[in-house]
Amino acid sequence: MKPILIEEVQDILETFENKELYFHLETTSGAYAAQNKEKLAVGAYIRNGSLQFTNVKIAGSGPFRVGFKLKEGWMYAEGLTDYQLDDGRLLMAGHDDSGRLAIAVQLSYTPFD
Amino acid sequence: MEKQVLVIFPHPDDEAFGTAGLMTKFINEGVPVTYACATLGEMGRNMGNPFFATRETLPEVRKKELKDACQAMGVNDLRMLGFRDKTLEFEDPELLVSTFSKLVDELKPSLVITFYPGYGIHPDHDACGAAVVEAIRRLPASDRPTLYTLPITPDRESVLGKPDKVFDVTDVLDTKIKTIEAHRSQTEAMVARLDDGSLDPNSDIMTFIKQESFWIYPFDE
Ligand SMILES: [Zn+2]
Repeated sequence: MKPILIEEVQDILETFENKELYFHLETTSGAYAAQNKEKLAVGAYIRNGSLQFTNVKIAGSGPFRVGFKLKEGWMYAEGLTDYQLDDGRLLMAGHDDSGRLAIAVQLSYTPFD
Repeated sequence: MEKQVLVIFPHPDDEAFGTAGLMTKFINEGVPVTYACATLGEMGRNMGNPFFATRETLPEVRKKELKDACQAMGVNDLRMLGFRDKTLEFEDPELLVSTFSKLVDELKPSLVITFYPGYGIHPDHDACGAAVVEAIRRLPASDRPTLYTLPITPDRESVLGKPDKVFDVTDVLDTKIKTIEAHRSQTEAMVARLDDGSLDPNSDIMTFIKQESFWIYPFDE
């Protein structure tokens, strides 16, 4: 993965507009975070959900936010730092300084494994 | 002497700190050891700095690490069970139990090793341990293998008492460290400290690595 360049990623995102897509959306504070009783361990995970979006915008000055306007709703994520386009799939993720993944947003025309 | 050992954990690297030494000892004695690993740790968070993986390539990275770890220990029967990381507690428990029952029926182990359910910290550890306990509970009492369980919560000794079995693995420490190193994606930061010698041989972590402790699971009957 490489650091997000906002114009480049905006262009890639727009190629996915108005198409049937599979998405992966994940946030996590880590399974072991639950050990720390003072902090609320949170996470969410959807793999191969399907959606179509009509508009998309990546915003911020890094880490970035991305918002998808769906036919009948919204999806958004924040804290994204890096991206990679592979085999027509767009992988975006937010990593902390030590390289630990905290959020991932991925789009694909075919289901993820 | 054990006839056959079956180790069942949910994630590659679960064996590294708690049982790699004992597994190596068994192998050195000529006891067959099967390692059944339920998932590939697909949800691991550490992608490296610089990155060595993405969410999509991590399973292959960890599969390779798992095979390398088995090679380090000399385990030649590795079963990758194909479940997905962080989903075990949501699976139909019967699916897990029957998967483990089949392994037990096939291998007829004299000793099984897993996590102590309820003391696993990670939900996959608890779900795995509970299903292994259930698979063995269903056997007639006289056919049950011994079950070594690993509780890893900090309160383990205050609740469960002292471990039933404590093994000194100093004699196979090199192999154990190689096993830990094989799981590079998970252990990189620690391994760096082992390599540069900044870990005092008498430090807590080294004391912890040199000893492996197990609680024999108490079946009621
Ligand atoms: Zn684990």
